[in-house]
Amino acid sequence: MLEIKNLHASVNGKEILKGINLTVNAGEVHAVMGPNGSGKSTLAQVLAGHPAYEVTAGEVIYDGVDLLSLQPEARAQAGIFLAFQYPVEIPGVSNSYFLKTGLNEIRKSKGLEELDAMQFLKLLKQKMQIVEMDPSFINRPVNEGYSGGEKKRNEILQMAVLEPRLAILDETDSGLDIDALQIVAEGVNKLKTPENASIVVTHYQRLLNYIVPDVVHVLVNGRIVKSGGKELALELEEKGYDFIKDEIAAAEVA
Amino acid sequence: MQEMEELVNKEYKYGFVTDIESDSIPAGLSEDVVRLISEKKGEPPFMLEWRLKAYRHWLTMKEPNWENVTYPPIDYQSMVYYSAPKAPKTINSLDEVDPKLRETYEKLGISLTEQKRMSGVAVDAVFDSVSVATTFKESLSKVGIIFCSFSDAVKEHPELIKKYLGSVVPSTDNYFAALNSAVFSDGSFCYIPKGVRCPMELSTYFRINALNTGQFERTLIVAEEGAYVSYLEGCTAPMRDENQLHAAVVELVAAKDAEIKYSTVQNWYAGDKDGKGGIYNFVTKRGKCAGDNAKISWTQVETGSSITWKYPSVILLGDNSVGEFYSVAVVNNRQQADTGTKMIHIGRNTKSTIISKGISAGRGHNTYRGLVKVGPNAANARNYTQCDSMLLGNQCSANTFPYIEVKNTSSSVEHEASTSKIGEDQLFYCKQRGITGENAISMIVNGFAKAVFKNLPMEFAVEAQKLLGVSLEGSVG
Repeated sequence: MLEIKNLHASVNGKEILKGINLTVNAGEVHAVMGPNGSGKSTLAQVLAGHPAYEVTAGEVIYDGVDLLSLQPEARAQAGIFLAFQYPVEIPGVSNSYFLKTGLNEIRKSKGLEELDAMQFLKLLKQKMQIVEMDPSFINRPVNEGYSGGEKKRNEILQMAVLEPRLAILDETDSGLDIDALQIVAEGVNKLKTPENASIVVTHYQRLLNYIVPDVVHVLVNGRIVKSGGKELALELEEKGYDFIKDEIAAAEVA
Repeated sequence: MQEMEELVNKEYKYGFVTDIESDSIPAGLSEDVVRLISEKKGEPPFMLEWRLKAYRHWLTMKEPNWENVTYPPIDYQSMVYYSAPKAPKTINSLDEVDPKLRETYEKLGISLTEQKRMSGVAVDAVFDSVSVATTFKESLSKVGIIFCSFSDAVKEHPELIKKYLGSVVPSTDNYFAALNSAVFSDGSFCYIPKGVRCPMELSTYFRINALNTGQFERTLIVAEEGAYVSYLEGCTAPMRDENQLHAAVVELVAAKDAEIKYSTVQNWYAGDKDGKGGIYNFVTKRGKCAGDNAKISWTQVETGSSITWKYPSVILLGDNSVGEFYSVAVVNNRQQADTGTKMIHIGRNTKSTIISKGISAGRGHNTYRGLVKVGPNAANARNYTQCDSMLLGNQCSANTFPYIEVKNTSSSVEHEASTSKIGEDQLFYCKQRGITGENAISMIVNGFAKAVFKNLPMEFAVEAQKLLGVSLEGSVG
């Protein structure tokens, strides 16, 4: 479904990603772990098409299409969803109006009929149950005045409504207490199907107790230095990122 | 974002010219011109005296230059001060209105045919300098409401005009108000008697058509004790390469327990993308809460004009009286706006609220200028001011000049201000949810202005939202 080949990207002239290679198949959950500043969030933003990041080399093929040639909205319409680490506030715009506009533009791009207000509200209420969100959020402005946990829940709600093919969760666990973490993880698990896939970007192993990955990648200094099964996450948790860094250093010396 | 820049030159929808014969006087201004205008309108001597006094005072005044806008000097002698569509002297029914004029208003979406009963809004239509039609006149008069052109009011209700004309904005108030007082040709008059709640929205629709013509109209609204009226004002003009001056005066008087709600959607031609042409909108608007518990509320959505220069204000004379000012001002391309309000607290327990939302795009300059003045006797006066500016792109600017004068220790004045740039992050967030750039901008800006829009009457709010979208199309670069 997704094939990343030798991806290099920089922001403000500083190279952050230095040759990423990653393949994700339908039905899979990939975890991308790594220390702070290793390039995890940059990878997420580049895949979604944030204009501040410049791709300097490499390619990304998504369902046979050159993903990097698409505008951010076209990527979203093609089924790519990014759950933001820092969800953005849009004062004065209600959650329902925001999401309805997004969903209908996505539907329109696929040649599907747009949902009217009643149909959409029904769908929204149904999806809100998945993340146990209070109905008062329907009319509250997008992310304005929400707690950290509420913002993250709102991201998963948007994901539930938009039903992406490839979901990228950027540090969705940061700032969540254990109850909220479970609800969010539960939401992600409920949305899993054999046709879609997700990339879970996280610093801590904690989230992976609830969202069990098929593959774990370790990102250090802009490169994936190690990949493995779910047990790799546990090993990292136990030994810290230093052991990987030491391994690399040793390999480089040898 | 570049794809949106290409959309910038959305045609101004109301830029057409109506081909109609008009009765214009030669260009230029003198005492004779003032006399000629008064004569053409068949005015009583008191009106002519009033005009002449204003004119003579105007001659002693200098055009102000403290506002934060720039424009070439205005040649007051090259302008035509009176232009009226040629029509039968007296119109007995709306059917006698020139079909071309009716067509013009149909194009603008304003129906002059009462049968259509358009959303129950009574309209006074002002074309160039004169009022061409007032709808629902009869049904309003049944409850004692007078709603007519200013000219008719001068003839039919001279005692009311004598009493209230210039009682809020004196003819010597400022340069443009004095000019208006000397040469104004028409406008709307509205009088709501004691205890009457006006059963429908009243509306004036202003249209400038003729070339090189200044439009100088006056609106006077009087709400007697316990009365209520909601008043709407809309404005458009053809696209022309020359700048046209619009110097209007609006006076509101609210007696004890009365309430006046005045809403404006101003969409004068703004000039082209290089700043050529467009209307100079130099307007004096002021209301007086004359009695206790009176309330005056201004809501304005300013999207047009090449230069906007106006401060709808409230004099809070009566105890417990309330003044409100809600404003959205949008500048794009080369537009300039210097707008805000004055809240003058004189009575006790008076309260004022100011919410101003400025949106700057292109190379526009947007200035909020406001004065909150609390007099020595205004015990427990309260003011809350919120000024927010939003910038789209890197070439526009926003300024805020709040002036506060408090001469009373028991009063409280609060001021909050913010400036935000329409964030690349906000835009990216919307796009990541599948929302295309144009819709995203319109959504973010409308959300920003929502606190003001909710004060507009329903049908106006919808129009204002659309207008905002059109004014800003392609404005992010």
